[in-house]
Amino acid sequence: MIEKIIIAGAGGQGIMLLGKVLAEAAMQEGKFVTWLPAYGAEVRGGTAHCMVIISDRRIGSPRINQPDSLIIMNNPSLKKFKERVKNKTLLIINSSLVDKLPPKNTETLSHPFTDLAIKLGNIKVANMLALGCYFARKNIVEEKTVLKVIFEMAPADKKGLVEINQKALKEGLRLR
Amino acid sequence: MKRILMTGNEAMAEGAIQAGCRFYAGYPITPQNEIPAYMAGHMPQAGGVFIQAESELAAINMVFGAAACGARAMTSSSSPGISLKQEGISYMAGAELPAVIVDVMRGGPGLGNIWPAQSDYFQATRSGGHGDYHCIVLAPSFVQEAYDFMPAAFDLADKYRNPVIILGDGMLGQTMEPLHVTTSPRHHVTRQNKKWALTGCKGRTPNIVKSFYMKEGDLEKVNLLLQKKYKTIKIREQRYEGLFLDDAKVIIVAYGTMARICRAAVERLREKAKKVGLIRPISLWPFPENAFRLVNSRARRRVKFLVAEMSYGQMLEDVRLTLDGQAEVGFLGRSGGGIPSEEEIISKIKKL
Repeated sequence: MIEKIIIAGAGGQGIMLLGKVLAEAAMQEGKFVTWLPAYGAEVRGGTAHCMVIISDRRIGSPRINQPDSLIIMNNPSLKKFKERVKNKTLLIINSSLVDKLPPKNTETLSHPFTDLAIKLGNIKVANMLALGCYFARKNIVEEKTVLKVIFEMAPADKKGLVEINQKALKEGLRLR
Repeated sequence: MKRILMTGNEAMAEGAIQAGCRFYAGYPITPQNEIPAYMAGHMPQAGGVFIQAESELAAINMVFGAAACGARAMTSSSSPGISLKQEGISYMAGAELPAVIVDVMRGGPGLGNIWPAQSDYFQATRSGGHGDYHCIVLAPSFVQEAYDFMPAAFDLADKYRNPVIILGDGMLGQTMEPLHVTTSPRHHVTRQNKKWALTGCKGRTPNIVKSFYMKEGDLEKVNLLLQKKYKTIKIREQRYEGLFLDDAKVIIVAYGTMARICRAAVERLREKAKKVGLIRPISLWPFPENAFRLVNSRARRRVKFLVAEMSYGQMLEDVRLTLDGQAEVGFLGRSGGGIPSEEEIISKIKKL
């Protein structure tokens, strides 16, 4: 098994965190993982992305040319990565901030993650909704592991944010 | 044992602290900034010193000073910053001072860019600064190795009283991977058992640490001793990893990030019963000639080699020197931010 995921959105949407939660959960389930951030000046204010690879064996290049899955959180990110979409790529789209049509011939799950997050009470958990939606389609790690990781990754003074993030993840898992 | 996710940069910083490094001086540059950031956060708790210097020159000379006083000292930078440090590294090689210099390579020449590259192989393995000297150079491929190589680097530096360079790149520095952190205290050399160090000469003859020899004949004597040391290092410290060398008809030679990509390509080709192998130099200086001798003794003439680098052919020269015309050597190289993919390696091998 090897799964290559690119996660892309705007700086501030929790793109790096989304990737870290995914990588950490896969690691805790004994998988090989790599997490590679875009570390250019683009991180500040523009688009941000990270690349996560989860595998049963040692990973070669942490860099992804052809992703198996793409999580796209805003318009510029779709523009940036749509060329890399191949036939069987799973495309998860934040329809709150993406109005362009996704490329044809792909499996697309499109949901308004940002609007759903606002309804839940915190716009910042759009990333966890998208992650939940991804897990619902790709059974890469167990739900309980991800919930545990969310708890563990929250800094000691921000444990109050655990509940809303876990709630968003569970909500995302219900999206189809 | 617990596994944690860490970037290669953080792993090198933590590895250094675990190895007993208690002095770090550096100046920021992407893509290695996580090293000084980690050192700033963790060195004080370890009872060590962290200094953000005013320049690369200041940082390397602070390391010179700390090393002269017997501390396990290090600095880190990326390509353009490492160029600035060359004078200090040359002085340390001349004064026989142990220190570790981490180079997280980025694209060049000039200010280049911040993406991964391996275009400073020559600078690291030949005398990067002036004079006829060598640094020991180690090249980790994975985050775990970025951590594990630090104690080895400090031990080698102290054993030979010689600067050691850890040669990584932006990919190694920025990638997060699971890491086993060994928290058991390691034995390491202390200031007190460095008999040559400047530790205060009350009650003993003063020690002198210098690279300046004006008296006729003196420098040559010192240089001959250095050459003797380098010869010993060449014999004793060659490190490499060999994969499927027994029956390989094509052998890829690659180090660092390129080696992990080539390893994946080799594994994929082996699944299709293609007889491909890998020589992965871990010590770039001394270059692991012994790895090629293994192949020599059998049918070296019938084996084809492919050198893959994120440069336009630097390690290639060492491979050619080692093989001395006895085998065909192909080359695949990209630089300036281009990272060859597994597919590129595989298609190149098929064309050989």
